[in-house]
Amino acid sequence: MSQADGYNFAYLDEQTKRMIRRAILKAVAIPGYQVPFGGREMPLPHGWGTGGMQVTASVIGTDDRLKVIDQGADDTTNAISIRRFFARTAGVETTEKTADATLIQTRHRIPERPLKNGQILIYQVPVPEPLRFIEPRDSETRKMHALREYGAMQVKLYEDVARFGHIATSYDYPVMVNGRYMMCPSPIPKFDNPKMDRMPALQLFGAGFEKRIYAVPPYTEVKSLDFDDHPFEVQQWEGSCEICGSDHSFLDEVITDDAGSKMFVCSDTDYCRERLAEQSAATTEEVAL
Amino acid sequence: MSNTAQTPWQDIEPLLSVQQLSKFYAPGKGCGDVSFDLYPGEVLGIVGESGSGKSTLLNSLSARLAPDAGKVIYRSEQFGELDLYAGEESLRRQLMRSEWGIVHQHAADGLRMNVSAGANIGERLMAIGERHYGDIRARAEQWLQAVEIDSNRIDDKPAQFSGGMQQRLQIARNLVTHPRLIFMDEPTGGLDVSVQARLLDLLRTLVAQLGLSVIIVTHDLAVARLLAHRLMVMRRGEVVESGLTDQVLDDPQHPYTQLLVSSILQN
Repeated sequence: MSQADGYNFAYLDEQTKRMIRRAILKAVAIPGYQVPFGGREMPLPHGWGTGGMQVTASVIGTDDRLKVIDQGADDTTNAISIRRFFARTAGVETTEKTADATLIQTRHRIPERPLKNGQILIYQVPVPEPLRFIEPRDSETRKMHALREYGAMQVKLYEDVARFGHIATSYDYPVMVNGRYMMCPSPIPKFDNPKMDRMPALQLFGAGFEKRIYAVPPYTEVKSLDFDDHPFEVQQWEGSCEICGSDHSFLDEVITDDAGSKMFVCSDTDYCRERLAEQSAATTEEVAL
Repeated sequence: MSNTAQTPWQDIEPLLSVQQLSKFYAPGKGCGDVSFDLYPGEVLGIVGESGSGKSTLLNSLSARLAPDAGKVIYRSEQFGELDLYAGEESLRRQLMRSEWGIVHQHAADGLRMNVSAGANIGERLMAIGERHYGDIRARAEQWLQAVEIDSNRIDDKPAQFSGGMQQRLQIARNLVTHPRLIFMDEPTGGLDVSVQARLLDLLRTLVAQLGLSVIIVTHDLAVARLLAHRLMVMRRGEVVESGLTDQVLDDPQHPYTQLLVSSILQN
């Protein structure tokens, strides 16, 4: 697709992109540290991925291939709109295949297929400050980060165990990056947290509303917080995906009628489709034999 | 205090030395030229009328408000002798959550109102690196009992507590890390007399049991008489009289102290 007239490449002007790139470089240099940047207005409301889009616009090049997911799906309104936005304003190729993408902008999931070095995963972040729950003042949270005063973060987990008997936080589960900075992984399910640890791909986080950028460079240690007697655990399901039969991916529960019937399906649509294709290829092979 | 029994009293070093401390917001507003020593196990009361600079002095002493002039020297268990405001802020904050306790006049300032009582007490433990939930909870229960709060209220939020209970919870939250020095700003303010009496009784017991040093700011002379070993009387930002509590209250020398003492209803 060719680029639309009247817009600079990837919508943002070059000066803005340079400013954001500088913020990204700083973020990569200090893993997990929130770098403030002068966020621009984007042609959609805050909370719809403006932070992620600004990061994408700053790092995208003409030979990139972009994939956009929303809760793991390639075909939801938000994902389609953002993908089409960059196809129009940057004229880049887009894809739904995780393996083929060089840039993946995501809202609330990490793809099931392991990412490779060279790929960039860009998260849309609503609230970048992990300490916000315990401390409303920004001046104070910044000081807490600077002095590594993270004891208060444990209070959140304590409250969970006291109320529910286990750590009930299931998304946006706080992590320690490179043994130094406490970080919000954005509202991904904690199922995805282990994938962040030493991921070969570069992970960038953009918060449009709060105007913060942070990053996890490739192969960086990302550790989920826990107690010695209540270790970190990920979600588990009783069923498996009813489309592809996967028993190891993150499943969505889908209500199918008014009578209470439900089914579990993979939240990562590309992964589910890929598995289906493999299975049908295998069966045709069997038939041919 | 077994070790002090062996040391002759002349050789005991003060825990906190204050030298010509001044902090003024405007002429006459704040506190000026305050010097004193506080020894281990001692309770020092600071009394005076509203606006006399008591709280300003307390904030400066407890590393929360940088003074205009003067020094505060603290002998720390972990770091040795420290000039508070010459050092790093991180050091002051570390002291505040380990060797010191601060009890605020309003419980809401000293407590996290949106988390449970157990988490309030456990926070300091988690801040110094405790990561075992079972241990933290057991310690929290222990301290709730120590301040006479039923341990089955451990999962209730401070907002569901009465004023007196909130104040006691604040004390428990501070004492859990075994601090050596406690700063208290009107700990009995806003409590009715019977609750006040119980709180004072509790404080007196804890201070004696744990050998705490305390600096307590109050405008209530009865509180001062009950808790403090020594008194400092402040007026318009200056210390006008200081000495042993009984001596100051029973034989006041300065006209202002005389006025203060005579203002109490006698029966």
